[in-house]
This record gives sequence, C-alpha cells and structure tokens, in this order.
Amino acid sequence: MAQVSGAGLTPVAAQPAGAVGPRAAPERQPLLTVDRLSIAFPSGDGWAEVVRGASLSVGAGEVVGLVGESGSGKTMTALAVLRLVPEPGRITGGSVKLHGRGDAAGVELLSLPERELRHVRGGAIGMVFQEPAAALDPVFTVGYQLVETIRAHRSTSRAAARKRAEELLALVAVPEPRRRLDAYPHQLSGGQRQRVMIALALAAEPRLLLADEPTTALDVTLQAQVLELLLSLRDRLNLGILLVTHDLAVVAATCDRVTVMYCGEVVEEAATTTLFAAPAHPYTRGLLAAVPRLGHPAPRGKLPTIPGQVPDPRLRPHGCAFNPRCAFVMPVCRERHPPLYRLANGATARCFLHDPEVRIVERVDEARDVPASLSVEGTPTP
Amino acid sequence: MSAPPTAQPQSPLLSVRGLVKHFPIRRGALQRAVGAVRAVDGVDLDVFAGECVALVGESGSGKTTLGRSIARLVEPDSGTVRFDGEDLLALRGAALRRKRREIQVVFQDPWSSLNPRLRVREAVREPIAVHRLAPRAEQRARVGELLHLVGLSPEIATRYPHELSGGQRQRVGIARALATGPRLVIADEPVSALDVSIRAQIVNLLAELQARLGLAMLFIAHDLALVEQLADRIAVMYLGKIVELGPCAEVLARPQHPYTVSLLESVPVPDPGHRPRAVLAGEPPSPAAPPSGCRFHPRCPIARPRCATDGPSLLPVGAGLAACHYAGELLPDWKHSGAAGVESGRIGPVSGPDDDYRPHLEGR
Repeated sequence: MAQVSGAGLTPVAAQPAGAVGPRAAPERQPLLTVDRLSIAFPSGDGWAEVVRGASLSVGAGEVVGLVGESGSGKTMTALAVLRLVPEPGRITGGSVKLHGRGDAAGVELLSLPERELRHVRGGAIGMVFQEPAAALDPVFTVGYQLVETIRAHRSTSRAAARKRAEELLALVAVPEPRRRLDAYPHQLSGGQRQRVMIALALAAEPRLLLADEPTTALDVTLQAQVLELLLSLRDRLNLGILLVTHDLAVVAATCDRVTVMYCGEVVEEAATTTLFAAPAHPYTRGLLAAVPRLGHPAPRGKLPTIPGQVPDPRLRPHGCAFNPRCAFVMPVCRERHPPLYRLANGATARCFLHDPEVRIVERVDEARDVPASLSVEGTPTP
Repeated sequence: MSAPPTAQPQSPLLSVRGLVKHFPIRRGALQRAVGAVRAVDGVDLDVFAGECVALVGESGSGKTTLGRSIARLVEPDSGTVRFDGEDLLALRGAALRRKRREIQVVFQDPWSSLNPRLRVREAVREPIAVHRLAPRAEQRARVGELLHLVGLSPEIATRYPHELSGGQRQRVGIARALATGPRLVIADEPVSALDVSIRAQIVNLLAELQARLGLAMLFIAHDLALVEQLADRIAVMYLGKIVELGPCAEVLARPQHPYTVSLLESVPVPDPGHRPRAVLAGEPPSPAAPPSGCRFHPRCPIARPRCATDGPSLLPVGAGLAACHYAGELLPDWKHSGAAGVESGRIGPVSGPDDDYRPHLEGR
C-alpha cells in the first residue's frame, strides 16, 4: 500500500533532474509490468480467451503504444491493469505489477485487496477515455468533480483543493481556468472536455496514465493539440503513459515503444523507430502498408491491403492466428502456434519466419521473396 | 487522372448554387427560435460525371449537412441543386422518386444503417423493389450480381447484419446504394468506422466501382490521406462555407487558404520523427455564432484587421479557388524546412523519415 500510493504523491520536483532527458536514458525505472496476462469471457459452454498471455511494460517517463484492431484485446489488457474487466469477463492468469521508485519487485495489482486497489485507481494510475462526455458527470461542475477527486486521494482542505484544481486546469492549458471551474461539462467544447478529463486523471499526481483512444473522437487540429499536451505532461511530470490506439500515425508521433496485438496476442514489440523502419511481423508490415500516407498516394484502387477479415477472438484460427490473412504463410503456420522470437535489433515478433530451423525446413529465402525485415533470424523467448 | 475542373467542356452532372441550410435553436416553453446553427451558409459546388469530389472539414463544418441536402435527406432553406439540368428542389412525388434513384448515399456507420431484421438478400433487394427496377422473378439474380460486384460471396445473401464483420456490412451498404443504378454516390465517411486493415479494401473497392461504373462521387471525409487516394478535386469547408476548391494534387501540394495549410499540418503521419504540429490554437467557433468577416480570422495565423470585417469571396487563385484576402501567403511547414519533420525529430536521429521505405504486402 505504502509503495503504491505513497510514492505516487511525491511532488514532481523531487525527481532528480539529470543532464539527459528521460527519453535519452537507456534504462528506465520500470513502472508497470504486465506478464503473461490472460482474460476470458464465457462462450457457449466454455470460456474463450480474448487476451492470451500478453506481456508488456511501461517505464517512468515513457510512452508505450498498445496497438490493435477490434477484437485484438488491447482495451481489455488496459482495463485489466486496474482490474476493470467488465462482467462476465475474468482475468484467468498472469501478473500486473506496479513499481514504486527503486522498487523492482513491485506490487501485484491482481491480488491487491479491493480497498487498496481503489487508491491505485485514479491515484498512482490515472485514466483517460475516448469519450470525455461519457466519463464526466453532467450534473456537477468541473471544479466540483476536480475537488472531489483531489480530496478522495489526499486529505486537504476544500479551499486548497480548489486552488489545486485551478492549477490542474492551467496545467492542461484550459483557458481562463478559474472561470472554467464553475462550468458544467456541457458548457465546454469537445477539446476542452478532453483536457478536463486529463486534468481529472492527473488530480492525484499519478505516475502512470492509461489513455484509451484519447484523441479518436477529436478532429485532427484538436488531436494534434491533445497529443502535444500529453507529451509535454510526460516531460514535465515524468509520467509513464500507456496509449491504447488503433492509429499508427498517433503511435509514430508520440510513442517510444510499441506493442502490437492481434486476436488477443502480442505479435510484435519494438522501439517505435525500429518498428516503423523494419516491421518484423507480417501483420505489422501489412498494417503499415495499408495506411495511406499524405503525399505518397498509391495508384488509384491499388492501396495495399490485408485480405480477409479481422477474426473473432472466439474463433481463433489454428496455429498462428494471422495465417489465413498472411502473405508469407508456410505449412508450419497452420499447424503450430508460434512463440515470440527475440531479434538482434531488440524487437520481438511472434512469427516462424524468424525461426532458424523453420527457415531451413521451409526453405524460406530461396523459395520466395521474403522482405529483409521479415527474414532476420531470432531466438525463441521462454 | 481527370480533366481540369476549371475548363470542363461539358455541363456538370450536379450543380449546387447558393445552398443554405440553417437549423433553428429553440428555447423556452414556446420553443421559439432564438437563433440558428448556420450549418451550410451559401455553397456553390459542381460535380461532373465520373469525377470524385472530396468534401473535407472538421466536425461542424457542414460537410455532412451539405451532402444530405443534395440527397434531399434534409430540406435546404434556399439555393438551387440542379442534377442533370433539372432543379431537384422543385421536384415532388413521382418525379422526385425517379431522380432519387440516380443519387444514392453510403453512410458512415454500417452498424446502424442496415435494418437488423432484414437478411442481406432482402436489404439489397429492397431498393430494386421500391423503385420497380426489375420484375420479381429477376430480382434475386440482380441481388446476386450486386453482391458479386462489391466482392461478397453468394452465401452472404442469407445472413443477417449481426453475422457480418464491419467490412462486409459496409460492402452490403455499397451494394444497396448501387442497386438503383445511380449516377452520383454520396459517400459520407464510408470507412471511418472500419478497422485499419479493412479500410484499404473498401477504399480500393470504391475507386474500382467508380471507374468501372463511371460514377460521380461526393466523398465526405476528414482524413486527407484517404482523400488523396480517391479524389479528383477537393472542396475544403469551414463553418458552413467552402474556403478552398481545386484539383486534389494541387490543393495538397500548394494549399492557398491558411485553414487548408493548418489542416494539412495537423495530419499525423505514420513516420516516427515527424510530429504533427498543432498550428491552430483553440477550436472552431460554434456555427450558431460564426465570427464576423472571414470566419477563420480568430484562429488564422496571418489574419489582419481587414479580415475581421470584410468576408472574402471564393476567387480564382493558382489552379483553383480560395476565399482568403491573403491566399497563398501562409506556406506549409515543409516548404520552409525542405524535408518533412526533419527539424522536429524529437525521437533522435531516425533513418530518414522520408526515404523510399514503402512496404508492400500483396494479398494472394
């Protein structure tokens, strides 16, 4: 308990200011580690795994993108961090650890008593959702909601909390913060509501922010503003941010590292620059190709596509889940489930193309034209 | 590509002049109108046969209302909409129904635009039956042809919408729109609700259908990179007015209106090292109380005193039209810096954000 919320309330200034910014530091303090997390929902007469052995980590001052399409399990994974998986879903395995400063062991959130977990939710871990209109209470003023949130996590006077609320609105660049305290959510514009949501998430000085599609409902000019705000908060507060999104352009603009999920599984994890320069999983590669780039149009009607449909996680294909849509599918992909392979450039990918033995058996390079980034050999991770 | 828009020899298929649509704001017990949301406030637009015109803008710009006014899903307050020379707004009854066949709409949300209780076959057959386009005996065969046309397998015909994926549902929506043999399709954000890997499939399908059937298309969208894939011309809307109109490649490469420039700069690019710039402070003002003069002036980086009082008209600039007293003055960032995003490389040295890395994953 002490490690969880105590450290979270330490003022930002207590963080030693090093010569290099947090992004340049090669070894970050771990903040959140999710290890082999599984989530299941009842289906017919059994359970269907919608998240299957997903692992990821976020360091202090780091922005990690969790990318996937519908049914990939990205939102469920983020919700499971705070044990908010909706009924009748169940977390069926794995571990979620929140680390305090210099606390490598961390606190296991999946077994934390509910009473203590409430201090973590909105305390050490703040949350921002896609639709601010749904997350703000329409019958209370912005100021009231901020003050209540601050006082729920810290014993302070109403007046001091109100002062702090005004500071928070100023921090997220809401114009005329004092006046806005008395506004109701419906009196604010969409962009301002999203800023208020972020201020609420920051009210208890969290160390980690879970942001689920925070800019998807916003127009592009506002999206750019909110992304800039999140990055400046990361820099100023040394926040770790887990950014759940389907939008690779948002990832490219904001994230240090990326975890890609497909059909409930992590299929690739890499530094952002590595992922975009040398995608190691055919799915990632296909996704990157399928996003049109301004200034580089494909011939009309010839935008590269991934054939087929996004699978229902309850009907996971046998072997590799991506095999029915994969341009590089091999017989082994239909029979065996691929492990994650660690590659020389630090990325991991769940694809047999990176298995040296499979490559010999299937004669990968000779038989067909496999692009360079997919033909790097790796070693299976445990 | 297509012919230049300014020198079209033939007359336009669709011609919109001075279109206005205001939605009254009602207050109090008597529901008296106390003001109006000026959703579309005087728009002129032509669409020629076989061309794709993209209508872009942010929420509140009026692009959806303009599309719906043309299809007469909402009644415009004033202005004219001529289709193939005939005044659509003057048509009533049977004559209107006949013309409506030729203008069809594809909606954004394939989850809510299909009747959940109709099988796919019935959903696609409905417009054929309503407009009496084929005798009953032939309707089923026509449905089969349409499903084939949009790339759906015949067994889909007996399914209900909830049994389909998002991409399949949108294909059904397109088949329904094509069932009456339209000459103009209004596609209102047809791929925004779809998964990224499915979007490209539908965009390719629309491009293919447009070319094969010689359709004219009004493509309403906010994603400029998608627009670039489909459009011959672009019309940029801001608070109910068109502020820039021109050939697609021209508008994207040499935007004349400062709003177009800022829209382009805000587009996130899937390249690490390139950061979208939040060029515009603040948010679009409410269309219920648009600013005086040029509606963009409170957010405009190059606004001058004149802009607050004197509303600019849409006038020829470069290869298109722009409504700005100082058109062409604001240059996009990449014009200053050479390569896009180089000076803002916050993730550190990257292997050239714009080198010729273009992955290809050819399906099948």
